[in-house]
Amino acid sequence: MTKKTESELVDRLAADAKAGRISRRQFLQYTMVAGMSASAGSLLWTSGVAAAVPKRGGTFRWGIHDGNTSDTHDPGTYVTRQMIFLAHQYRSYLTQIEPDNSLGPDLALSWEATPDAKQWTFKLNPNASFHSGRPVTAEDVVASLNHHRGEKTTSAAKSLLTDVKDIIAADKHTITVKLSGGNADLPWLMTDYHLAICPAKSDGTIDWKSGDGSGPYKIDSGKFGVSWNLSRHDGWHGKGAYFDAVEMVVLNDPNARQTALITGDVDCVSQVDLKTLNLLKRNPNIQVDNVPSGAAITMPMFCDTAPFNDVNVRNALKLSMDRQEIIDKIAFGAATMGNDFHLAPVQPYFPADIPQREYDPEKAKALLKKAGAEGLSVSLSTADSVFSGAVDMCVLYAEQAKKAGININVVREPNDGFYSDVWLKKPFTAVSWGARPTPDVMFTLAYKHDAAWNESHWKNERFNELLLQAKSELNQERRAEMYNEMCQLMRDDGGTLIPFFNNFVYARNKKVMHGLELAANWACDGARAPSRWWFA
Amino acid sequence: MSDVLKIIAKRLGLGFVTLLVISVIIFSAVEMLPGDIAEAVLGQGATKENVAAMREQLGLDRPAPVRYFEWLGNALTGDFGQSLVSQKPVSGAIAERFANTLFLALYAALIAVPIAILLGVLTALWRNSLFDRVANVATLTSISSPEFFLGYILILFLSVKTGYFPSLAKISADMTLWEKLDRMFLPALTMVLVVVAHMMRMTRSAIINLLASPYIEMARLKGVPGWRIIVRHALPNAWAPIINVIALNLAYLVTGVVLVEVVFVFPGIGQMLVDSVTKRDFPVVQACCLIFATTFILLNLAADVGAILTNPRLRHPK
Repeated sequence: MTKKTESELVDRLAADAKAGRISRRQFLQYTMVAGMSASAGSLLWTSGVAAAVPKRGGTFRWGIHDGNTSDTHDPGTYVTRQMIFLAHQYRSYLTQIEPDNSLGPDLALSWEATPDAKQWTFKLNPNASFHSGRPVTAEDVVASLNHHRGEKTTSAAKSLLTDVKDIIAADKHTITVKLSGGNADLPWLMTDYHLAICPAKSDGTIDWKSGDGSGPYKIDSGKFGVSWNLSRHDGWHGKGAYFDAVEMVVLNDPNARQTALITGDVDCVSQVDLKTLNLLKRNPNIQVDNVPSGAAITMPMFCDTAPFNDVNVRNALKLSMDRQEIIDKIAFGAATMGNDFHLAPVQPYFPADIPQREYDPEKAKALLKKAGAEGLSVSLSTADSVFSGAVDMCVLYAEQAKKAGININVVREPNDGFYSDVWLKKPFTAVSWGARPTPDVMFTLAYKHDAAWNESHWKNERFNELLLQAKSELNQERRAEMYNEMCQLMRDDGGTLIPFFNNFVYARNKKVMHGLELAANWACDGARAPSRWWFA
Repeated sequence: MSDVLKIIAKRLGLGFVTLLVISVIIFSAVEMLPGDIAEAVLGQGATKENVAAMREQLGLDRPAPVRYFEWLGNALTGDFGQSLVSQKPVSGAIAERFANTLFLALYAALIAVPIAILLGVLTALWRNSLFDRVANVATLTSISSPEFFLGYILILFLSVKTGYFPSLAKISADMTLWEKLDRMFLPALTMVLVVVAHMMRMTRSAIINLLASPYIEMARLKGVPGWRIIVRHALPNAWAPIINVIALNLAYLVTGVVLVEVVFVFPGIGQMLVDSVTKRDFPVVQACCLIFATTFILLNLAADVGAILTNPRLRHPK
């Protein structure tokens, strides 16, 4: 790397950092990977948040989006943010993603694997108790995990635990999970929002209806789709829970959310409308948190269907997108640029040394010529409900692709049933994905040759071989190398165009404080704002 | 009076048949929507086996007519079943929300109806005056704007800029009546603005129509003052159409509030209906729609009975 490009890169990263597109941690990560000194960059954050000592007290009023009247406490059917955010307050998980995006303990104090990663043992925190007063034991954990397994289960997390052969309560505070194949990521999987620990009943099933849990806050009253009143669980096993009480209010309407924050009816909202973000930032009483996440917008093309069966056509389509323009105009800057492999910079094993694919219509034209597909014309399906601006993004992309001589016909599909009738059925679509904790989960779910959701019908032998190897590899260095190679394969051979990873953008009243880093798995510090944040 | 009772009985019978037809239409409409409850509940993360397991658990694998008649049989005995999603009785879930909606409708109606009739009478009295013009333009503007827009405008000026009223209409059972009325003022005002124009214009034109009749001319010749002609002579004969319009608007206050509920985050029945439709939760959708239909049928009946009572001639149709 020459001196000139190096300083250009630092400038670009610094600009991104100032605009809030990347975090301090990422900045350091990028610059370190590039072998640069980041002394200039480290000044960027010093003026921002000073580490403060958390204070106890107050009622945290939290306006959340995406809540439905018909939601339930059943962890197997968790799907809306209301269910997921609530679950992180009144229930516990075995492990959790920490604010710095590393893996940390929740109910489990420690965990270890056999060398083949086929058997994992979790040690429970003996101080953990349910709100009803009963201690949390290994039986509860076994029953809670079994809720998502077996023939009869209706849990959406079933596919996550297919490798699990048996779950045994070795003693009161020890659980052993036996797998049919090695999986080095099992402790990460335990952070999945479905795998909440509920009290077990005597018949080995769980009591999910009562709303009893072992989380930092217990439910005093509430209704799905309206609001929830919670108060601190004094016997909580974790550190934090500074607020005395938490009030969660479902505010589905973006305007209602923002108004409530401005008028002081709530202290924090879980999502703000990007179109009015800059107006909101002008309000001196409000702080906006713009946190890069692992949630992605993907545009899969069927690799077994003409014209996408030619890798040159796929790469031409990937080269025909001006991602910067799309991020600026569609995501209003609140996104991290994608590089056509499904792993975001905030996620573990992110390969920072793979060069960014730039907008290059000339190169795309050359590739099309090589493929004999000049004047390519394709249809691209999406729906308004995929994400705010989905159709606009596709129309903008169609304009950009014209320069490469590609004609993209954007099809706006109905919102209703988009994921059952269009996704996985039409050869070229634009869809949105929530973040998965590890590359293994994501790749197994949507890029493995035989995955039900292999949305691009991509079958790369080397990739699938590496995927299996990496899964049971406990050596971190070797693992990182494997994921690096897999990402390179996805980028250069895969059938998925990834425009960007969308940030979580949420806002709080200035009197609400948080630590220096914010977890990237869910909005509001991994949905754990009530137990991690405090009032100034 | 017995003829009125006969009419009421006949209309109630017809209303029941209407409800049956509506329940069939709603059932088929929910069935025809793409996707089903199992897919909707489990979301994007579900596999084929999950969906199949849930369908079996909910009995969705049986043919549609069987499920409909099973529901109908229970409904006729007063059991509206359980929500397929939450497994809780429909009646319990709906009761509280419907009470909230009725409360808001009543609140809005108590403000809107007197204002509308008063404005109607005044504009008829001073027709074509500046007052008439201003009242007409103002009410027509408010009825022509979408409810959510009116709501946003009110929030902007009465809540964000001045802080007079709260923008969130979240009410709970432990609030005093006064607190509730304060919290609900902006949504009620929005609905008032939406319904006033219709009732006011009908009052005005019904009265003006009558002002050309010979008996009004007689009264005028006798020297009765203008306001007295309208209130004592014209208004009693104009009630029938006015009552009809009021009934229609009251029905609208109950059934047409979804947007207002969303904007002000009011826990009413409209939001529940929308949520249930997205989840294909048929028993809840059915119960909500039947409540709406019943509201319309009963208010229409009330309007007709009211019209008959104010105009005895209608009791003896030729």
